[in-house]
Amino acid sequence: MIAPIASHAGLTDTQGFVAALVLGVFFGFFLERAGFANARKLAAVFYFYDMAVLKVMFSAIVTAAVGLWALGAVGVLDLSEIYLVPTHVIPQFVGGLILGVGFVVGGYCPGTSVTGMATGRLDAFAYSAGILGGLAVYGETYPAIEAFTQWTDLGEITFPDLLGIPRGILVALVVIGAGLAFVGASKLERAFASRRPHDLASA
Amino acid sequence: MSAPSGRGAEAAKAQPYWNPYLAGIGIGLVLLATFFIMGRGLGATGAFSAFLVWLMSLFSTEYVTSNAVHSGYWNDGSPLVVFLVFLSIGSFAGAALSSALAGRSGWSIGRGPNISPIGRLVLAFFGGLIMAIGSKLAVGCTSGQALTGGSMLNVGSWTFMIAVFIGGYAVAPIFKRQWL
Repeated sequence: MIAPIASHAGLTDTQGFVAALVLGVFFGFFLERAGFANARKLAAVFYFYDMAVLKVMFSAIVTAAVGLWALGAVGVLDLSEIYLVPTHVIPQFVGGLILGVGFVVGGYCPGTSVTGMATGRLDAFAYSAGILGGLAVYGETYPAIEAFTQWTDLGEITFPDLLGIPRGILVALVVIGAGLAFVGASKLERAFASRRPHDLASA
Repeated sequence: MSAPSGRGAEAAKAQPYWNPYLAGIGIGLVLLATFFIMGRGLGATGAFSAFLVWLMSLFSTEYVTSNAVHSGYWNDGSPLVVFLVFLSIGSFAGAALSSALAGRSGWSIGRGPNISPIGRLVLAFFGGLIMAIGSKLAVGCTSGQALTGGSMLNVGSWTFMIAVFIGGYAVAPIFKRQWL
């Protein structure tokens, strides 16, 4: 095992911040190349005529999931040292529902709004101001909902742990599932092509 | 820089977006490199939390440090000197670079043909507000939960991802005038 580098060889704070900057540049670059600085391109997934959000998201997840599994299997990367957000089933499900609504209303998510601002989208600036407002509201209301946020706590748990099935098999299932989703998404795009707003180029 | 051929006059100005699978693989490799180097994944909401805490601290550090949510981002008085803030600064720069190279930058408002610019900005603001609350409840957003946790096969992340699509598709018909 040589990685994660931060916990094996060790990184100074400054090295970590430089790494973050460089990784961020690539992240933002690829997000913009995908068209994700554009709220219309993002919101299109909810109207089926352009499923790029689903295609990009799941090809990213598949790429990273396969890479994590492979690096773990050959003993280079210790997956047990990677930070996991603890699972709270109900609050995370409800949070997801709320976030999905926010996605349709606002057209961005927090990461893509940063890229939207970088390309001069004024709606991304309005959206980001909204995020700050929402975080302030959450800070004020948290004491009232604190118990709810901790409900159905399963701790740090992955599907390989939960189901007792090896990671490699589950990753293979994710790859197959993503492949089927891509085929389905392309069919939906063709079926709903007439929904594409006339002022949008057909790319 | 060679412009792709065979497209209309409009495309001569702005290049088409990349193939989604190619862009997705690129993002997946960035995510994998982040895990490999840092032992953690990507995230975005945390940078906004840090920025808000810094902003609030200009008015009252006491408010920040006594609040159960905001105090978590105080970082001993240096809320902006954290991983996620540098990551977001980087992604701002990367997106600015990409859009400039592709001829896609310039002031604009992304909206469908049937909504006013002001209407769109108001909805964008409230969309951000709603999303921030959802993201705090879920302890992560599309970056921190869906991409990062999704690729780790984190149970809560997949629960979250399914809910995002249910929530989005449920209300999409109500907001279609904004987009179509």
